[in-house]
Amino acid sequence: MATTLADDLRPLHHPHSWVTRYIWSQDHKVIAIQYSCTAIAIGLVALVLSALMRLQLGFPGAFPAITPDNYLQFVSMHGMIMVVYLLTALLLGGFGNYLIPLMIGARDMVFPFVNMLSYWFYLLSVIVLVAGFFVPGGPTGAGWTLYPPQAISEGTPGHQWGIVTMLVSLAIFVAAFTMGGLNYVTTVLQARTRGMTLMRMPLSVWGIFTASVMGLLAFPALFVAAIMMLFDHLAGTSFFMPTMQSAGAITSTQGGSPLLFQHLFWFFGHPEVYIVALPAFGIVSDLVSVHARRNIFGYRMMVWAIVIIGALSFLVWAHHMYVSGMNPYFGFFFATSTLIIAIPTAIKVYNWMLTLWRGNIHMRVPMLFAIAFIFTFIHGGLSGLFLGNVSVDVPLSDTFFVVAHFHMVMGVSPVLVIFGAIYHWYPKITGRMWNETLGKLHFWITFLGVYAIFLPMHYLGILGVPRRYYALGQADFIPPSVHLANQWISIAALAVFAAQSLFFFNMIWSLFRGPKADPNPWGAASLEWQTPQTPPAHGNWGPKLPIVYRWAYDYSVPGAERDFIPQTEPRA
Amino acid sequence: MNLIARLSERSWEPASDRLDLSHRPSAGAVGLAAYAAVMAVMFSLVMVAYVMRMGLHAAMGHADDWVAMPHPPLLWINSAVLVMSSVAWEVARRAAERGEASRAPLLGGALGLCFLGGQWLLWRHYQAAGYYLASNPANAFFYLLTALHGVHIAGGLVAAAWVLASRTLPHVRLCALYWHLLLLIWMAIAVLLLLT
Amino acid sequence: MPIAVAIAVLVFGSVAFHLLSPWWRTPIASNWGSIDSALDVTLWICAAAFVLLNLFLAWALVRYRHRPGHHAHYEPENSRLEKRLTFWTAIGIAGMLAPGLAAWGKFVSVPKDATIIEAVGQQWQWSFRYPGPDGVLGAAAVKYVTPDNVLGLDPLDPYGRDDLLIETGDLHLPLGKPVKILLRSKDVLHDFYVPEFRAKMDLVPGIVTYFWMTPTKTGTFDILCAELCGTGHHQMRGKVVVETPKAFAAWQAQQSSFGQILAEAPPAAMSILLIKANACTVPASWSIR
Repeated sequence: MATTLADDLRPLHHPHSWVTRYIWSQDHKVIAIQYSCTAIAIGLVALVLSALMRLQLGFPGAFPAITPDNYLQFVSMHGMIMVVYLLTALLLGGFGNYLIPLMIGARDMVFPFVNMLSYWFYLLSVIVLVAGFFVPGGPTGAGWTLYPPQAISEGTPGHQWGIVTMLVSLAIFVAAFTMGGLNYVTTVLQARTRGMTLMRMPLSVWGIFTASVMGLLAFPALFVAAIMMLFDHLAGTSFFMPTMQSAGAITSTQGGSPLLFQHLFWFFGHPEVYIVALPAFGIVSDLVSVHARRNIFGYRMMVWAIVIIGALSFLVWAHHMYVSGMNPYFGFFFATSTLIIAIPTAIKVYNWMLTLWRGNIHMRVPMLFAIAFIFTFIHGGLSGLFLGNVSVDVPLSDTFFVVAHFHMVMGVSPVLVIFGAIYHWYPKITGRMWNETLGKLHFWITFLGVYAIFLPMHYLGILGVPRRYYALGQADFIPPSVHLANQWISIAALAVFAAQSLFFFNMIWSLFRGPKADPNPWGAASLEWQTPQTPPAHGNWGPKLPIVYRWAYDYSVPGAERDFIPQTEPRA
Repeated sequence: MNLIARLSERSWEPASDRLDLSHRPSAGAVGLAAYAAVMAVMFSLVMVAYVMRMGLHAAMGHADDWVAMPHPPLLWINSAVLVMSSVAWEVARRAAERGEASRAPLLGGALGLCFLGGQWLLWRHYQAAGYYLASNPANAFFYLLTALHGVHIAGGLVAAAWVLASRTLPHVRLCALYWHLLLLIWMAIAVLLLLT
Repeated sequence: MPIAVAIAVLVFGSVAFHLLSPWWRTPIASNWGSIDSALDVTLWICAAAFVLLNLFLAWALVRYRHRPGHHAHYEPENSRLEKRLTFWTAIGIAGMLAPGLAAWGKFVSVPKDATIIEAVGQQWQWSFRYPGPDGVLGAAAVKYVTPDNVLGLDPLDPYGRDDLLIETGDLHLPLGKPVKILLRSKDVLHDFYVPEFRAKMDLVPGIVTYFWMTPTKTGTFDILCAELCGTGHHQMRGKVVVETPKAFAAWQAQQSSFGQILAEAPPAAMSILLIKANACTVPASWSIR
């Protein structure tokens, strides 16, 4: 079937020089790499901050340079960077950009110029964010939730300028994300190649697509909240600012509602959890399926679960606010909706396991990370049921249980998937293979280390140890063993921190010295492994777009000569 | 094939083969529809916040500090200008569908510019009358809503300039659609302002 | 193989950690045993799921590992199995949601006979107020705050005159009597948190929040702040003393009322106080019965 799509004739923005190829590039793959490198770089800053926090918590008093103000600034910047500037940017801006066009058989995003702009806005937002470290008063220390009034009031570090850089940076980030998100959504809906029906898309694309839609609908809440708080701070309005005592005087603001901010923040903040989780769900489905040489089990249910989780996640935001002072009767609704969301999420977990079941499991490094994800995600998902179950949340909220839960479910789990995904697609992206031994070493230290960090934290939380405390101080209910636990947690955290150098060394060394990789080293059926060149050239597909004849999961099909059939292979 | 059927197809079976792409809408239309959703969420969140801040919290003991703003005639005039602008874009679109050259895009753009100027005058008017941004939450919401809407109109003017330069049918269509969306949003804002 | 072993070890290790670790709930000192039992139910259901799922995972990893001649089984879906799993998950979810909601139902319905006590938070300390003999807390708001009227009571509200003010001391509660604790913040968000009471609630400036409970154990407990409130968040501590009603009454008799404080205030301070009260343009807020 010799067909020429109109798309093939469209003149591509062919890069002419090094600058247009690698700097002002409109190629989705280059933009993806730009996004990823920037996100990982700023993520490293957040990682260092977490190490500093752990030093303070594990050895209070041993580092007099870390003041209570510094500690809160580390907490706040660590949280915001990790959630927004690392995970969101890396999973959508990085993986979304790289994988969507390749997985659906497009030459590029549909609006390449806007896509490029998206990256440059993102970079600008990161620069403004980092500028917060250098303004008078330092970055904000209001917690990543930035709750007013304290975010912009006396008594909170960074309330003068740090909060301004943070809010401006977030507003720019939202603009960047919106440009990117419009591209991802439109590309998936509009630029799929011939034969690539919605239900033939790999689950990675489904996860990223749904997360992008959610991001488009959730980030505006953060945007308006940031703008309104900037007004409150710089222009003296009282959207969120009540009459209060500040620095010994009564403020001129009156009547503002701090709860209004919390509602806006969590209307963004809860979907944000799934904006990070859904791409990870999608990617891990593909890793599990490829390395177990078995079709993903219950593909349709997996797609529906992604969509249902995405929709429901807009109805659960106030489960972050059970003890916020909002009308307590909301608790009944939000607890129910929150626990209902556990059902489609559980189905996803079952289907990953049922994919392994009766599979032919190759224990390569990406697969190790995928399996570790399943383990940590089960753990983090189950601890979420405690916090969602309204009355059980009351004693646990704002304790280390919460810290342990969200790190397990949306810190560790997506990061494990990101590592798995980088190891999985590295040969395609760079054309070279990484070192297996280093990869395994990195995996084992990371996986066992993070569990050693976060498992005890749950128990500290059940004991009642509150979070965001610079030092626990004296309290009758806190036995000395808690301080010992904090030391051990800090040591594990530093070990995991150090182990990441193995990863960076492996990636950078392999980039130059790694053996040349096979174009399809894992024997994967999905489209991105079928490109004519490795790494894929500009335009991805050579003169003709691929045609898709089957779903992305034809592994170990009875009667086939190989244990996978590429999507481009016509049916007999 | 409707969406439910498409989302429940057993794509591993041969019956799922569909190679026809002719029914797809243009990328611009899909992108604009997605952006319309973004705008809808953003403005409705601000409007919900407006209503919450205005009165709902009184029941929880919040101080009742809301003082509604007056509605000067300029508000009506500006709204009329925006309606006319939208009408001009509709005329332009219909002309473009028929393949006729038309000056309507120019008129639509010019009226859009007039609207922005009018909004600026409206701000000045309120300022002169003492309705400052920080003096009352009603004022703050007014300035916030009009500023957000104004930024979108300004973006529309850039798009309009582009249309005037290229004058291709898809561009005129998209621009007209965007203009209607902004009019709808403005009408929602105006109704909210007038009712409170 | 090693990963399967690791997962099995982690599962058993987690169970062992649960059984052996010294960290568990503090001994309860309030009526919120229903919250503890909801937590227990949630824990048992979740623990069962954790152990079963992960052991299945470890088993599958061993049983279906790659080896020469081994092939995967092609099976796009099995809707009967998926439906069954969905059904049993839903049962499990409902099983933990029910006690959770039931406990919440109690949490939101304050008994009619609960006495009212107010806890006031500011950066970074706790103060308390008792309604006095009339059983009514007088109106109060941040705008009335002066150096001699630290808790911001409305000097013109007669209900406030007999209110007992504890500006720096401990909170005392009578054993076995339900109390509704009203929470008011003078500056930013705080959270009244006593681990042994289980219940906690944010203080939100501008509104009055509350929760209720019945102390069931005498003793002295720490009050902490559980909502980030700035540099001194970790140092915002207080003490709550639960004592027999008799001891409580004796303690209460020694506390000074707002009226007494006003009587002792010098005239200059008094006029500042009254100016604050008159200068307000916003209607005075509330008296809480």
